[in-house]
Amino acid sequence: MTALRKDLQLIADMIEPESRVLDVGCDDGALLDYLVNEKDIDGRGIEISQKGVNSCVAKGLFVVQGDADNDLHEYPDNTFDYVILSKALQAMHKPREVMLNLLRIGKRAIVTIPNFGQWRVRFSLLTRGRMPVTKALDKTWYNTSNIHFCTITDLFDLIEQENLKVAEFVPHMSDGTRLNMGRKRANWHADQALFLLEK
Amino acid sequence: MNTSACNSASLFTESPLELDSGATLSPVNVGFETYGELNEDRSNAVLICHALTGDQYVASNHPITGKPGWWERIVGPGKLVDTNKYFVICSNVLGSCLGTTGPKEINPATEKPWGIDFPVITIRDMVKVQAALLDHLGVDTLFALIGGSMGGMQVLEWLTTFPERLHSAIALATAARHTAQNIALHEVGRQSVMADPNWNGGRYYETETKPDKGLSVARMTAHITYLSEDALTRKFGRNLQSRDAVTFGFDADFQVESYLRYQGSTFVDRFDANSYLYITRAMDYLDIAGRHDGRLADAFKNASHVRCCVISFSTDWLYPTAENKRIVHALNAAGVPVSFAEIESPHGHDAFLLEEPEMDQMIEGFISAAAKARGLSS
Repeated sequence: MTALRKDLQLIADMIEPESRVLDVGCDDGALLDYLVNEKDIDGRGIEISQKGVNSCVAKGLFVVQGDADNDLHEYPDNTFDYVILSKALQAMHKPREVMLNLLRIGKRAIVTIPNFGQWRVRFSLLTRGRMPVTKALDKTWYNTSNIHFCTITDLFDLIEQENLKVAEFVPHMSDGTRLNMGRKRANWHADQALFLLEK
Repeated sequence: MNTSACNSASLFTESPLELDSGATLSPVNVGFETYGELNEDRSNAVLICHALTGDQYVASNHPITGKPGWWERIVGPGKLVDTNKYFVICSNVLGSCLGTTGPKEINPATEKPWGIDFPVITIRDMVKVQAALLDHLGVDTLFALIGGSMGGMQVLEWLTTFPERLHSAIALATAARHTAQNIALHEVGRQSVMADPNWNGGRYYETETKPDKGLSVARMTAHITYLSEDALTRKFGRNLQSRDAVTFGFDADFQVESYLRYQGSTFVDRFDANSYLYITRAMDYLDIAGRHDGRLADAFKNASHVRCCVISFSTDWLYPTAENKRIVHALNAAGVPVSFAEIESPHGHDAFLLEEPEMDQMIEGFISAAAKARGLSS
């Protein structure tokens, strides 16, 4: 088995073996495949691209083509132990509704975001006066699928407003390096963050 | 070159087939074809379910038209459904007209063709006959069950009626119920058959003439529903047929008219008008959720071990993506492992019969993963 991308490994490490997992926006199924084979997970995916779906199906994974904005409400309550939304919240039309849906259909949700509050982003906007293009946010403003950027602090605000619980918070860099710091400093330094959420 | 045996089985000779309508049939003859060999542990059987006007000649030449099998692109040695590896079965459905008991066959009670004394049948009745055929062939469980359109409806009935006999299932361009629009379109077809004076109340078998006009119009109407506006426009546009100007009459001025007339006229050579009435009726009666208090998921509650794959096509307005997704969500809710995709295609409903590389890739991936799970891959 090829090594899992570092940021996906952070997610995989958090999941208990033999649980039921829905990976929303599962792409080519790399994470799901790892979970199914290495952790005995009963895994399902949602993926918007045909290429991604075909790749998943060829791996023997079960994936429904669709998008989280429109399809999550079709899933019954408490169907999964974990629902994963990896670097996709910022591409949702209704990120708040999507997040609430994740925790309706799953007991826990793992959400990762690119952090728009990182110093590089702030600095770039401040000095260049243009929408930042960084390692974690590598598209220009007009061709990005990301429409609802947020910072670590913003997401904490939304989580608290909706009375959700952060069971674990892992700020990290694109290469998977964890940053051991609180949310305020993380908001300045981390280019990504992982939230393990509970109701 | 595909070899196939032209086969027929006489089933339900001891105890009759009990139909959903309450009527019974005995015996029930089934015309079927098989391709490939059943392996020693009988674990490699694939049943393919044909669509409304299809037949058992999925991968071998049609005896009447002489044309290649309707899914020869997919089924055969080294193909997607590889007959070197799998034992493929395809049978003519109950009520049809190529060797299976239906309205043109002899009613044992009267020793005359059934005509419209033939009992009304359902998709589930068709599936019960397929299951009996598998018993006859010594096949307990299917490695894979595949069907598109009405064939997909049979797949869904299998999942509710005999899930224990399935390992994996593929349903293409289908629905778990017929909508008002579906029923309406079928009614136009039936009325045109019955309006043909040669239909003669369904008793045309003894006469020289058949209700060809009516059946041909039914086919023309149905054929439009199998395509998309885009497909018709791209193929024909408003092009004229063998002329430079319109004739201000009712000849087939436009290419699309002459195409439809051709489709209608060739269809009557290979299909029975009464079978068309019975099979469209069977499809209209389909409402799987209706048998489960409106909850489709309940229909699939015993199928959670079956690996499923559902595919729809973006321009299919007969069984659109929304109807296919209803099935997918019900399977998901019932805990059935299912993959789904809507394939982008300009070809409308007929896309499942045509060359669609993304559909092929998905089916190939699904079957090879299922074969691995079944211990069939080398």
